Amino acid sequence: MAAESYPENLRYHPEHDWARVESEQATFGITWYAQDALGEVVFFEPPEVGASVTKDQPYTEVESVKAVSDVFAPLSGEVTEVNESLAGSPEKINQDPYGEGWLVKVNPSDPSEADQLMDAAAYKELLENA
Amino acid sequence: MSRYTSATDADRERMLAAVGVGSIDELFAEIPDGVRLRRELELEPGLTESEVFERLSALAAKNVHADAEVSFLGAGMYDHYVPAIVDAIVSRSEFLTPYTPYQPEISQGGLQAMFEFQTAISELTALPVANAALYEGPSSVASAAYLAIAATKRGKLIASRGLHPHSREALRTYSAGYGSELSDVGLSDGGTDAGALEESIDEQTAAVFVQYPNFLGAVEDLEPLAELAHAKGALLICACDPIALSVLRPPGECGADVAVGEGQPLGNRLDYGGPSFGFFAATEEHIRRMPGRIAGETTDGDGRRGFVLTLQTREQHIRREKATHNICTAQALNALAGVVYLSWLGKQGFAELGELLVRRTAYAREALAKIEGVEVLHEAPVVREFALRLEAPVAEVLERCAEEGFGAGYPLGRDYPEHEDGLLVALTERRSREDIDRFAELLGRAVAAAEPRVRRVEQEVAT
Amino acid sequence: MSEGAPNTLIEPRPPHGETSETPAQRDRAVTIFERSVEGRRAAQLPEADVPQRPLQELIPQRLLRQRPAELPEVSEPEIVRHYNRISRRNFDLDTGFYPLGSCTMKHNPRLNERVAALPGHARLHPAQDPQRAQGALELMWLLQQALVEICGLPHVSLQPSAGSHGELAGLLLTRAYHGDRGEERTKVLTADTAHGTNPASVTMAGYELVKVATNERGGVHLDELRSKADEQTACLMLTNPNTLGLFDENIAEIAEILHSVGATLYYDGANLNAIMGRSRPGDMGFDIVHVNLHKSFSQPHGGGGPGAGPIAVSDRIEPFLPRPQVVRRGDGNGAGPVFELDYERPKSIGRLRGFQGNFGVFVRSYAYILSLGGDGLTEASETAVLNANYLLARLSQGRTGKYLPVAFDRRCMHEFVLSGAPAKRELGVKTLDVAKRLLDYGFHPPTVYFPLLVDEALMVEPTETETRETLDAFAEALDHILAEAEENPEILRDAPYSTPVRRLDEVAANRKPVIRQAR
Repeated sequence: MAAESYPENLRYHPEHDWARVESEQATFGITWYAQDALGEVVFFEPPEVGASVTKDQPYTEVESVKAVSDVFAPLSGEVTEVNESLAGSPEKINQDPYGEGWLVKVNPSDPSEADQLMDAAAYKELLENA
Repeated sequence: MSRYTSATDADRERMLAAVGVGSIDELFAEIPDGVRLRRELELEPGLTESEVFERLSALAAKNVHADAEVSFLGAGMYDHYVPAIVDAIVSRSEFLTPYTPYQPEISQGGLQAMFEFQTAISELTALPVANAALYEGPSSVASAAYLAIAATKRGKLIASRGLHPHSREALRTYSAGYGSELSDVGLSDGGTDAGALEESIDEQTAAVFVQYPNFLGAVEDLEPLAELAHAKGALLICACDPIALSVLRPPGECGADVAVGEGQPLGNRLDYGGPSFGFFAATEEHIRRMPGRIAGETTDGDGRRGFVLTLQTREQHIRREKATHNICTAQALNALAGVVYLSWLGKQGFAELGELLVRRTAYAREALAKIEGVEVLHEAPVVREFALRLEAPVAEVLERCAEEGFGAGYPLGRDYPEHEDGLLVALTERRSREDIDRFAELLGRAVAAAEPRVRRVEQEVAT
Repeated sequence: MSEGAPNTLIEPRPPHGETSETPAQRDRAVTIFERSVEGRRAAQLPEADVPQRPLQELIPQRLLRQRPAELPEVSEPEIVRHYNRISRRNFDLDTGFYPLGSCTMKHNPRLNERVAALPGHARLHPAQDPQRAQGALELMWLLQQALVEICGLPHVSLQPSAGSHGELAGLLLTRAYHGDRGEERTKVLTADTAHGTNPASVTMAGYELVKVATNERGGVHLDELRSKADEQTACLMLTNPNTLGLFDENIAEIAEILHSVGATLYYDGANLNAIMGRSRPGDMGFDIVHVNLHKSFSQPHGGGGPGAGPIAVSDRIEPFLPRPQVVRRGDGNGAGPVFELDYERPKSIGRLRGFQGNFGVFVRSYAYILSLGGDGLTEASETAVLNANYLLARLSQGRTGKYLPVAFDRRCMHEFVLSGAPAKRELGVKTLDVAKRLLDYGFHPPTVYFPLLVDEALMVEPTETETRETLDAFAEALDHILAEAEENPEILRDAPYSTPVRRLDEVAANRKPVIRQAR
């Protein structure tokens, strides 16, 4: 498993999801905390390419042996790419939650929504107070 | 003290002291007065074991069971011979008395039996994914509908009138909860009317349900029906007689997406209709939508081969309101009986049983159709059950046969108003040629004696 | 070891690495398919006595199987030995204490097996003419009457095959009831401590789930209930005592709140073993009750069924009961009452399954009820509650009291829930680890991680058929195990050591499921 970390260059959602916001694309995934709480991931089914996701709404689920977790969209938009490799290797979500464990790429419909997300420091504080 | 508890007065005193109360009543003090039962339960006082045995024997004596008559009754449950080893194995404490294998380390017996059962069902149906069983046939059909609705996100269900009437009714009952619309499609020449089916299926159809052989005993041609369903994006769900799968092309090879059925004929007693089990198998695509328990193979930390309940996130104890089904307690012991039975029949025995049934059934159908006043209701190929049309009131014929120690079959008029004169006759390997010949003779006499009043009056008038 | 407990406490095996494998562990799993040798068989079938016509003459070739099903090829002695051997890899109730909370693992009397096997019951075809099945119908009717008295509701259907099936029935009955009154209701309330089958049934019945919180006493939070119960509420599903083993003293008020908005009240009968003869769900105000015959009424659990989940209902729900109903009709010709299957039920929700239900289970449960009688059933509940309270009192002391304290400090009924949170915090062992170490001590663990409300939950239900010595031995074993954890928590984390297999790789089993023998 990866060591606990919350990269500075990402934005964070209180439901333990992260977003990497680039010029016309955002990448989503779940945080270290989320994969640790879930345990070893056994199954992930991505949404369809072309599907729309809405900020603060769950857009898919991640499964471990004994639990299922909703995955929340940090931003609204249209899914442009999904991480197909997770079908055969869902453990990437545990091993590299911010890198190879990325879940979907989205074309954000309202980039300003990113302002509502937390930075790493704020997210770490949320975890401490939990 | 009731028979199965051990607490003596001394025990009770000691235990109450440890709890820190003076009496049993104090343990129930939190029950408000308004809901406290202030009298004894109005039930007989407990009986001794021998008294209970007598009472149950007296009740049993009022039933005409399958050894007390020569029976051709089928309609979904069949009097196959269950070998003694099934009884011996399912009565073992280790299989009879534990519960669901939540702690796999001490449940390897049950889990392995499930794995073997799943394999056997997969072999019979030629579908790769099978669960560890549901309750029984008709409710398994309704459970398949739940899967189809989830898989297609559509709301219409089409059931062939060849589907067991109890299955059709269960679909209707469950549809009230699913919010699905159920319609049916008729039969023609004994089988599902493909033309009518084609007209019925549309882009809103989640699944088409057929039975194999169907309730009238006819072997359906599944492949064209599967194509019709798939052309519109619907699933084909096939309810099968597991014994018939010994000779018939398995539904998985004919394009069925899901195969379900009543498992009673596999090593389970008649038991006036239950407990038995329902089997459920599907294509790989639906593995995560499957209902019920599934046992999977794995290894322990030392590399030993073992079995666990797998894909539990589908189930109610984890997925709760989003579970693929609400089932918890199923029919594990009955499924064990099923796999033991199939092991006893074995690869050769299973095939031979099917062949024996097909030939004896053909013989019986011919012999009975030759009788004056009796004809076949359809000429479709059959495996072990067929439908006849009688020129005499079916109820009366049944009564006359029963009086002579024969269970003549199932009256179709109860469920098929268009076949009020219909009788469904079933065979198992227990019905010999001699039984069939005697039955033919008796049926002939019974039909003749029970001729319609009108004809008799006409004859009387004519003479 | 306490006096009188010679057979209940097993000396646990030392941690792995210090000894060799047990015989059971050395015995590697082999499936019945893998034992096949071509040409072996067990069954002999009757001789062909009709013309041996080619199958293709009777059924078109394309409808025939081309390859036989690859079933095992083994002799009878091999089958018997195989299933005997694997059976010994199971722990079972006949062999040891099985305090699985919510399952009521009480003794399964063998008398019940004997009467269920009587040919008049076991060999009776379900479609037999009712006139020739009077014994079966009478038995069902008598069982119905007994359940009427025990539940305090006037009408019973025996059709549902298990508790979940009964729950679905109850919700479909609710739907039919509201529909009949011209009302469309959309929501069903459940307690957040509800068994998973409750919410799963809610969805299958087409309703939206609304959860109601539990208060600090472990009962339904009344204010929340009042705010959430409205004219969109079809039903509240509850069990009393609940899954925490606690009796909700506000039950009358709860019933009033739901009835005042016109909703039905559904009782999950999983915990009936706590109150038989002392209180009845019908008297508490419930409209629909399901009873688990495999729990309170001694039907063996079978490794996961069969069971049965009959339902008892109030007058206002009766018209919608499944079809057919077993009824008793007068004295026909003075020859005594006649029992019939009544299909004339215009408002019935229809059928939930084929034929009449799990009759074999009815036979066993009826025999059990006759054996115990009203006095015996009451005593069973009283002893179940006494045993649970005694065990709780023992466990509330010493290490168990410190590391596995009870979640709600109140009088429990027939079961109680402990929290392993202190054990996790202070000893670094989870409830799971405690459970796995219990296996080495020869006990089936209690239910773990349920209800979800309690952190590191351990739900203990001893039932009335256990001796005081067994309860003492269990308490001592837990104490031993926590002492081990104080010394060296690794012992628990690597347990079990003595079972036929050790902890299994469930991750692999879920990532790449192998659910049948490869061809």
